[in-house]
Amino acid sequence: MSTPIVPSFDDAAGSGRKLAIICSKGNLDMAYPGLILANAALGEGIETHLFFTFWGFDMINKATMGDLKFTFVGNTAMHMPGHSSGIHHMLGALPGATAGATAMMKKMIADLDVPEVPEFLEMLTASGCHMWACRMSADMNKLTEDDLYDGVEAIISASNFIEITEGAQLLFI
Amino acid sequence: MPVTTIAGREIDVDAEGFLTKPEQWDEALAETLAANIGITLTEAHWAPIRFLRTDFQTQKETATLRRVSTVGGIPVKELFALFPGKPAKKMSYIAGLQKPKGCV
Repeated sequence: MSTPIVPSFDDAAGSGRKLAIICSKGNLDMAYPGLILANAALGEGIETHLFFTFWGFDMINKATMGDLKFTFVGNTAMHMPGHSSGIHHMLGALPGATAGATAMMKKMIADLDVPEVPEFLEMLTASGCHMWACRMSADMNKLTEDDLYDGVEAIISASNFIEITEGAQLLFI
Repeated sequence: MPVTTIAGREIDVDAEGFLTKPEQWDEALAETLAANIGITLTEAHWAPIRFLRTDFQTQKETATLRRVSTVGGIPVKELFALFPGKPAKKMSYIAGLQKPKGCV
């Protein structure tokens, strides 16, 4: 009898593949790529590290993490996903434009059953994600670990992060 | 698509080994599928597997890990403990379904 065809699930987990993602942006639309890729990597059994730096701190700062914004201003794509027609650059700067665009994008994300940032972080923590905050960003923003999402393991220096992620594949977002 | 022999039965699978005909699955087969990937099924494993099967009836696609947790009510952490490494794929395989297509 021939050997049955069975998926080889434990290859990647056993090979010690490791992924590090540097999250440096605080816009709603730039928060998701890192979160989604981290979630996918964790689901593949890959050791995953997120390092939050500069505006990426807004993703883990309890005061801002639930309130990230999407704006047309300075966004060269200047349109909502699924809508090819853009809006005029100047209109994007009008009062209320950012709030409206943010609400619309949040609804689109929720419609896909993708969680908001705080809940997404919880899901990543439950999946075993390692999260680190940048020392310099914490100092600049005068924030301590108490101000940050609980799943953040520590505020660490850039060199600590480089040490921790030895051998990892790296993404800068 | 290949046909393979699992538990003495002819089963249609894709190139990776995921079942392509969910109707060929039953709970007895699940025990063998689980054993194939090194998992011994307990009652805790059966809850998400049965959810996947029920959900598939209405959705016509395999639930993602997030859906098993939000709709099926089984915490993500528990799913990682029950099906180490690649919970979504391992659960789908044992449930006789294709791996989930959704990103989240």
